[in-house]
Amino acid sequence: MSDDSKLIRMASQMAQFFASQPDRPAAEAVAAHINDSWTPRMRQAFVDQIRAGVQADPVVRDAAGFVRLPAG
Amino acid sequence: MKDFIIPDRDMGTPAVKSDVAVNLLVDGISVSVPAGTSVMRAAAVAGISVPRLCATDHLEAFGSCRLCVVQIDGMRGLPASCTTPVAEGMVVRTQTDEVAQVRKGVMELYISDHPLDCLTCAANGDCELQDMAGAVGLREVRYEPGANHFARRDAEGPNPEYRPKDQSNPYFTFDPAKCIVCSRCVRACEEVQGTFALTIEGRGFDSRVSAGMESDSFLSSDCVSCGACVQVCPTATLIENSVIQIGTPEHIVKTTCAYCGVGCSFDAHMRGEEVVRMVPSKDGKANHGHSCVKGRFAWGYATHRERQTQPMVRERITNPWRVVTWDEALDFAATRLRQAQADFGRDSIGVITSSRCTNEETYLVQKLARAVFGNNNTDTCARVCHSPTGYGLKTTFGTSAGTHDFDSVDDTDLALVIGANPTDAHPVFGSRMRKRLREGAGLIALDPREIDLLKTPHMGESLHLPLRPGTNVAVLTALAHVIVSERLYDEAFIRSRCDWDEFLAYAEFLLDPRHAPEAVETLARVPAELIRKAARAYAAAPRASIYYGLGVTEHSQGSTTVMAIANLAMMTGNIGKPGTGVNPLRGQNNVQGSCDMGSFPHEYPGYRHVSDPETRAIYERAWGVELSPEPGLRIPNMFDEALAGRFRGLYCQGEDIVQSDPDTRHVTAALAAMDIVIVQDLFLNETSNYAHVFLPGSSFLEKDGTFTNAERRINMVRRAMTPKNGYEDWQVTQLLANRMGAAWSYTHPREIMAEIAMTTPSFAGVSYDLLEREGSVQWPCNGQAPLGTPVMHIDGFVRGKGRFVHTEYIATEERTGARFPLLLTTGRILSQYNVGAQTRRTGNSVWHPEDILEIHPSDAENRGVRDGDLVRLASRAGETTLRAHITERVAPGVVYTTFHHPTTQANVVTTDNSDWATNCPEFKVTAVQVSPSNGPSEWQEEYRHHSDLARRILPTAAE
Repeated sequence: MSDDSKLIRMASQMAQFFASQPDRPAAEAVAAHINDSWTPRMRQAFVDQIRAGVQADPVVRDAAGFVRLPAG
Repeated sequence: MKDFIIPDRDMGTPAVKSDVAVNLLVDGISVSVPAGTSVMRAAAVAGISVPRLCATDHLEAFGSCRLCVVQIDGMRGLPASCTTPVAEGMVVRTQTDEVAQVRKGVMELYISDHPLDCLTCAANGDCELQDMAGAVGLREVRYEPGANHFARRDAEGPNPEYRPKDQSNPYFTFDPAKCIVCSRCVRACEEVQGTFALTIEGRGFDSRVSAGMESDSFLSSDCVSCGACVQVCPTATLIENSVIQIGTPEHIVKTTCAYCGVGCSFDAHMRGEEVVRMVPSKDGKANHGHSCVKGRFAWGYATHRERQTQPMVRERITNPWRVVTWDEALDFAATRLRQAQADFGRDSIGVITSSRCTNEETYLVQKLARAVFGNNNTDTCARVCHSPTGYGLKTTFGTSAGTHDFDSVDDTDLALVIGANPTDAHPVFGSRMRKRLREGAGLIALDPREIDLLKTPHMGESLHLPLRPGTNVAVLTALAHVIVSERLYDEAFIRSRCDWDEFLAYAEFLLDPRHAPEAVETLARVPAELIRKAARAYAAAPRASIYYGLGVTEHSQGSTTVMAIANLAMMTGNIGKPGTGVNPLRGQNNVQGSCDMGSFPHEYPGYRHVSDPETRAIYERAWGVELSPEPGLRIPNMFDEALAGRFRGLYCQGEDIVQSDPDTRHVTAALAAMDIVIVQDLFLNETSNYAHVFLPGSSFLEKDGTFTNAERRINMVRRAMTPKNGYEDWQVTQLLANRMGAAWSYTHPREIMAEIAMTTPSFAGVSYDLLEREGSVQWPCNGQAPLGTPVMHIDGFVRGKGRFVHTEYIATEERTGARFPLLLTTGRILSQYNVGAQTRRTGNSVWHPEDILEIHPSDAENRGVRDGDLVRLASRAGETTLRAHITERVAPGVVYTTFHHPTTQANVVTTDNSDWATNCPEFKVTAVQVSPSNGPSEWQEEYRHHSDLARRILPTAAE
């Protein structure tokens, strides 16, 4: 029972917060928070889902572009 | 100076703070004391003990026993030295013929109504009445036997004045026959504890100490069993049952309580390796000689018969346990952990560090993950309690900890208490706050429930904002809206300490009408006018402080709430001076320490990110291994990964995640999916039902180390007895690490602390030598602050400028609806601690034998629920049953319970919603339904069945 859909939900929560902040683009802030706190596998799974076209908040979709992926 | 042999000597009356020194002569000895000091204390400073019975330095002078009279040149008669303040040039004589005669007469009267059974009395050898009789030279009692309070009967029949012992309290006995009515107990209950449970009934010869009404016993009264009365009683009237059973102690071990985040210092009074009693240390900087029912009395779990002291293993969690040698257990554990890594990769195993174990033990467990497992899969119980505090305060101020020490409350003019219930969860701090409230400080409580602090006797003004669970951010932002719109902010502070433009941007955000109290009123169900009043009061107080608890953090917007709190303090300039600040009340004894020690998967000790190459280099050099730069798994991530088949092994030290973490079904399913679960604990806890290896742990009485309390204070824990399991917990971790190829060779926790200091800038100055010398220090402790830092951010924020983060209210996804119309919020109760593994195995259960659901009368009536009925509590996650208590403490639409008992498993009901920044679970908001019930839920039946099976232990005797 994989539960990677939770990752989108968690990213959406971050997006809601960072969208209300004035200082920097929300997508970058979401990605920075994800890079700081998620394992490489979680980050990869998240980006894979976005690439596969899963439904998500635009900020979450944009964030995927800034998420650091494991080498290789 | 005559006598400084006994360090904790009672000085008779409390110390007085004054800048003015007064010089006087006591018995020819010249002494200088602060103005306002009593003559009795001045004499004590000169090394002279004036005889006394009603006076003690725990309490304000009372002047009732008349034993402490002295002669003072130029003053008429014989003044009581306890109530007479010193004056410049005063000449005091503590022993003259006249004084001696008066004292002897007073003593003779006392003893005429006191039994002379000293040899068999429980206070024999530790009785102030006995000492005073000796001190004044009492040699005879000339009064004829007559009316008295101590003889059961006389020649005529039963003595009408005699009252039997009150043994209703599980920990102490009240024997009225031995009472001298000095009122110390009554005053301690008022002044120290602030409960006002005791009183003196009657007058003159009829005066008696009474717990409430005449029909009340100590147990049925308001008494909270803090033991302050027992501590100050000069006779055997109020005395610990353990002293009655064992006798007087022969040596003292100074240590630190292992319950809540207050971190009280205690003197363990020992006879051999047996604890006789725990007495809170007067020189303890967190508690100043006070304690609660848990710390003082509830230590019996350490020797409870259910304590497991031998290692055990099993192939599968459905098998019974097999008792094995340490070697076999450690080999089994190490082999399976390495096998999991071989089969599923380096990242497939992890650890959970304990917030109840010492800093040194926690440090080793996270080191095990990073240096031996080779990943950063380490997390701790703070994930589920104060992780948002770490994130929020680091973002706004630059440090993941509270700003002030507890002493600061003595200077506050107003305390804003948010989502915290100090009198239950942090009782000793609660008492200190109550003392300040009685002195006139204001109180604002933001809480869905009417907390006991609001019912403090003799307090000043208080406001209660009974907000709907989940609306913290809306209400706090509305408070800020009022402060900005009414220009109540501290512009000078903001300009010098924060970024003015950033503040202006936040102010613009706040001024939007959606943040006005009138807009928030419907959402939070708090009248707009009340919000305005609270905002004005907080902003107007010269020194306003904020204290908060898990009612802030355990929400989907927990981190945002912490930042909203920081914003309030910054915009009103309530930072950096005594009596102000942002003070999280941390839950467990060492949860602050476990965070400091690098328990989080993204941070090394001292809150440095794992991706930081400089920090990593420090540890790579110190540990001699290459370290991963990638964040590891948080506890909830571990569970998700386990269910996906990728996370296979867990070493869990001193936590009971099955009971303490949300959505129990999810947790147990995750554990059941792993190949190797290692539980290290005192007892076969709920998590051990899903474990393959059980490593017996040691209690706080059996180890050396340090705990760090909520005010960043590093306190010493000292070994008072040999570990029943054979090893201190850090030794067990070292054995496991070495089985897995490490070559650790620590011989004492002081060596671990030395490594922590060497590698962590905020701990650079900490050493056992320093702690022995100073008693305790508050980090940061380093070159800039060699003796530690009681108050932080005095001249500037650690991060530079304080940062205003915008605080948009975003409703939780957990919504009420037709199926689940009520909101459940959870909390704690005084007598039980966390999952109850310790307190349930003590006499404390007499106060709280089961979890109770609090429900408002109207909600109860709608559902046909009567007080005491068994009810079914159901949410989208699961259901359980428990008893209902009907009360107006909770608002309509809100129900409340605790999670201390595994038979209830309140967390079967809580969901996997969590804080956006830290994944701290949303324990405080669950949509539920309540209905009458006939018996345990299906889950409870199933769980009990599994629990019974899982706890079987194969007999060890050869057959």
